[in-house]
Amino acid sequence: MTAQSGAADVAVRATAIVDANAALEGPLLPILHDLQDEFGCVPEEAVPVIANRLNLSRAEVHGVVSFYPDFHHSPSGRHVLKVCRAEACQSMGGEKIADRVRSALGIDWHETTPDGAVTLEPVYCLGLCSCAPAAMLDGEVTGRLDETRLAPLLDEARR
Amino acid sequence: MTEPLKVYVPRDAGALALGADKVAAEIAREAEARGLDIRLIRNGSRGLFFLEPMVEVVTEDGRLAYGPVAPEDVASLFDAGFLTGGDHPLAQGETEKIPFLARQTRLTFARCGIIDPLDPADYEAHGGLKGLRHAVMMAPEEIVETMIASGLRGRGGAGFPTGIKWKTVAEAKGEQKYIVCNADEGDSGTYSDRMIMEGDPFMLIEGMVIAGLATGATRGYVYTRSEYPHAIATMRDAIAIARRHGFLGPDILGSGHAFDMEIRMGAGAYVCGEETSLLNSLEGKRGVVRAKPPLPAHEGFLGRPTVVNNVISLATVPAILDHGPEFFRDFGVGHSHGTIPIQIAGNVKNGGLFEIAFGLTLHELVDEIGGGTRSGRPVKAVQVGGPLGAYFPRALFDTIFDYEAYTAKSGLIGHAGIVVFDDTVDMLKQARFAMEFCAIESCGKCTPCRIGSVRGVEVADKIAAGEDPEAQIALMTDLCQTMRFGSLCALGGFTPFPVLSAIEHFPDDFHPARFAEAAE
Repeated sequence: MTAQSGAADVAVRATAIVDANAALEGPLLPILHDLQDEFGCVPEEAVPVIANRLNLSRAEVHGVVSFYPDFHHSPSGRHVLKVCRAEACQSMGGEKIADRVRSALGIDWHETTPDGAVTLEPVYCLGLCSCAPAAMLDGEVTGRLDETRLAPLLDEARR
Repeated sequence: MTEPLKVYVPRDAGALALGADKVAAEIAREAEARGLDIRLIRNGSRGLFFLEPMVEVVTEDGRLAYGPVAPEDVASLFDAGFLTGGDHPLAQGETEKIPFLARQTRLTFARCGIIDPLDPADYEAHGGLKGLRHAVMMAPEEIVETMIASGLRGRGGAGFPTGIKWKTVAEAKGEQKYIVCNADEGDSGTYSDRMIMEGDPFMLIEGMVIAGLATGATRGYVYTRSEYPHAIATMRDAIAIARRHGFLGPDILGSGHAFDMEIRMGAGAYVCGEETSLLNSLEGKRGVVRAKPPLPAHEGFLGRPTVVNNVISLATVPAILDHGPEFFRDFGVGHSHGTIPIQIAGNVKNGGLFEIAFGLTLHELVDEIGGGTRSGRPVKAVQVGGPLGAYFPRALFDTIFDYEAYTAKSGLIGHAGIVVFDDTVDMLKQARFAMEFCAIESCGKCTPCRIGSVRGVEVADKIAAGEDPEAQIALMTDLCQTMRFGSLCALGGFTPFPVLSAIEHFPDDFHPARFAEAAE
């Protein structure tokens, strides 16, 4: 597939997503979430499509995409591991756990392992503050993280 | 034919994080292998996270609890005959008599952890919809007056009287009004909103419908966090079920009134918990704070009159309509009426949700109910009210849980989360983190928050490096004053609370002597 037909394909799929949400009041965030579900990211090519259909400037759409940590222009790894950095987890040694994760995976926050297996993101509270320290791997939550609970989590993430 | 034996295994994210799904699967497998007929119910959590996953069975003596249960405990539980209350090392006895639960007054969390969250019959059997049935018979003004008389103050943190807010929206002119539920629960140490959405979602829906009846709003939105996938899934299911059962939709319980709602997901920005940036986000804009006035009650979502209430505020509405305003108002102290679900979190032995009338001291909450630290070391500090709340030392443990009492001690109760730290915590590091968090999460609208927080991190680093600490502490204090009074919203305005409280109550962690010793 050429780059051009790839872009055209993105535009077609993006248009369908925009139109499916167009009747909502304040449709932009639901659209961006749906685009991420479809493409693993908000493709650059989708920005003019959204702008056109919602009668916004490209700058406005870009402004929204770049404001929110959840949205990004390139896909994450196969897995996304979110490790909590907030106070309740800090009180239970969360910082040490986070250091262990970074050294075990060999990446820093917001980075993806070279094999594309996992992206590491900080998160500021998963609402698991009485089971700290906590992490979430692709929507699956784990609490009271220690060496024993961390090992299988990292294995899963590397898969 | 005998009824299958009921076994409850929570589906609350906190229980899942500790392995509840594996325990549930193991119980189902073991029961089948033994040819036992059981009915496995996935309830919300009772909030006793030190016992999660907490499995409950129904016996002639009431509901009995076992916990914390690991998958490998399941076979021995069956061997002990736990389905009929058999004794086992994990047996906790009658659930309601567990001291942590027995001492509570559960009005808002009365059903949470007891019912199947998505079974409307179970909901009604436990008092659900009684508040709404009263409300549909009342004039809108009567509902508003009931709420004002109850003394309920916003549980999101600001503590503004809920009834007054409703009255403002009810009196505002507009064809379309909205009820927006702020479920963007981002404060570390808090999870009560999440527990309600996962454990008793119909109650939140019921509260929003009542708010709609009172104010003339016919549409509602629950704005919650992408960090809460389980809550989102449960709320979506609950909304669909509520529509099918007629307590949501074009004709609420046959009253002719319409109200419908949907759930919206944020995208990782903490500042969207601030009501005006939440409204911008809901409209599909950058989550930047708006200046007030205009108040959201006059010009909120899409410029229309909008009630913005926290989950717990709205979830408390049905109980107030059911039991009457006096019943609720008579709990509490001073101007803090009713009960408050306190979330005891962090380094604490008995962590969990503790709903009680206002007025308990920090000593009671942390030492007696919480049982001290999980690590077994002495408590050094407790942060009350999330990342924008003050750090309290032991010397202030006589402070009672009350909006005004905390304000008087330069703190806030916020969304009622308390995070316990043991004596290994470095308060300079915590002060630095408060500034770092503000820098990461600032929406960028006002300079004191956007730039001040970055400078705050630098100043903290200079103190840590021992560069003229006395002058740097003075600078930090001055910077905090600027942020406090120069920021539009609570993010920049309240970040000084943790920073200044750390400096004031834990001077040793900032004192030059510490660095002199380290250098020798």
